[in-house]
Amino acid sequence: MNDIAPPAGLTPASFKSAYKPIWCPGCGDYSVLSSVTKALAKIGVPPHDVVVVSGIGCSSRIPAYTSCYGFHGVHGRALAAGTGLKVARPDLTVLVAGGDGDGYSIGGNHFLHACRRNVDLTYIVMDNHVYGLTKGQASPTTEPDWDNKLSPGGTGIRSFHPLVIALASGANFVARAFAGDPNGTAEIIAAGIRHPGFAFIEILSPCVTFRPEQREWKQYAHPAPVGPTDDPARAARRIMTDDGFNIGILYAGDRTPYPAHSGDAKHTTADLETEFEQ
Amino acid sequence: MSAAARKRRDGAKSAAGPGPRPATKPRKTAAGNRARAGESAIEAPRTLTEFMVQAWVMEMEAAQRYTDFADAMETHNNLEVAGMFRTMAQYEARHADQILAEMGWTEPPVVPRSGFPWPGFEAPETAPIDEVHYLMQPWHALQLALAAEKAAEHFFGELARAAASESVRCAARELQAEEREHVLLVKAWMKKVPKPDPDWANDPDPARYTD
Repeated sequence: MNDIAPPAGLTPASFKSAYKPIWCPGCGDYSVLSSVTKALAKIGVPPHDVVVVSGIGCSSRIPAYTSCYGFHGVHGRALAAGTGLKVARPDLTVLVAGGDGDGYSIGGNHFLHACRRNVDLTYIVMDNHVYGLTKGQASPTTEPDWDNKLSPGGTGIRSFHPLVIALASGANFVARAFAGDPNGTAEIIAAGIRHPGFAFIEILSPCVTFRPEQREWKQYAHPAPVGPTDDPARAARRIMTDDGFNIGILYAGDRTPYPAHSGDAKHTTADLETEFEQ
Repeated sequence: MSAAARKRRDGAKSAAGPGPRPATKPRKTAAGNRARAGESAIEAPRTLTEFMVQAWVMEMEAAQRYTDFADAMETHNNLEVAGMFRTMAQYEARHADQILAEMGWTEPPVVPRSGFPWPGFEAPETAPIDEVHYLMQPWHALQLALAAEKAAEHFFGELARAAASESVRCAARELQAEEREHVLLVKAWMKKVPKPDPDWANDPDPARYTD
């Protein structure tokens, strides 16, 4: 995390753009946007020092709704772009955002290796267990028995467990948040940004259009009964045995982040030209 | 397929949490429902200043949520409801300004970094993010406002009961009375708008094609 003194006068509104979201009314992503802006205001990094990178999907529209620099990339490649950006510009605060389809299916391999590389960035996944933008197909986190016309009787395929996979792959910060708790989510995002290394935050974000039953999530979500641990084995056991609605920071490790600069990095075009000429 | 049948079909099997089958079955014991579970979640501020900061935050968060709803409704061309939410946002913002004026604060107060111990996930007067629909009608918007005002009234009542300081108790009673007035105003407003037809959410050209 950059060592920057919080400038005075930054509020959540400082991080909102003039564009209004076109998500369905009731979508959890509105709340996540609000949490992101609140978290950035808490952190106090000015918008021009933050980059929001995304892939494709409903939730991946988020960069346009912030006043930060943004990169709306190709499907599943947000983490690749975000990693490159952070390595090239370690002075920037990099938030990568997207949905469960983008991050765990098309971008699944990038997810594993981003966790493993442990670059100092924050990855926010708005998980609604469905491909919303393409009208309701089952995603990697969809329950195997979710019955709908596109997968009658359900896919029958075991769902992906992003938190434990992130932990096993080396993510240095693993948390679960809930869109219905925007203030708590903002705290978790701020903690993720502050924590050195790769921070993975899974946000349960209901899709009211294709998964209206997810409105019930607010009946189930609850704060994690215990605080974060730095013991991966203990964290794995907790994550594997909880009810799926445990909200909070579940793991905060102390792995050293991928060094942004190793050796003699070339910073300017002139440096690079000199190198090519040699 | 009717909406009820669709809900039964889609919802029957999917209340379970994310990931593979959770090892522990989820239960309706969320922090967001502590009050419903009968636990006393009200933690009264110690001083009048702390209390008024909390009340100001409550009004501001409600105003922001109504503004977000208004923006969403405008985007989806539901201009009548957008206008209502915009009006509600203005009312809440005005209440926040009144708090500033009463306290003689010339600028917004400093809010504790830890936030406030609301009885649920959000401040009681903040309408839930997921309880709007692009085809909703004015009656629905007022129903949301009514629930929010009732929750605020209840909250201030509980807070007055829990307060250890006389000044906090008096201020909480005062704000409770104000919220009670708002409840009556919203109820009166509801009488002026038609109750929606049962099929108000039917869209001949819906976003979803999976049905």
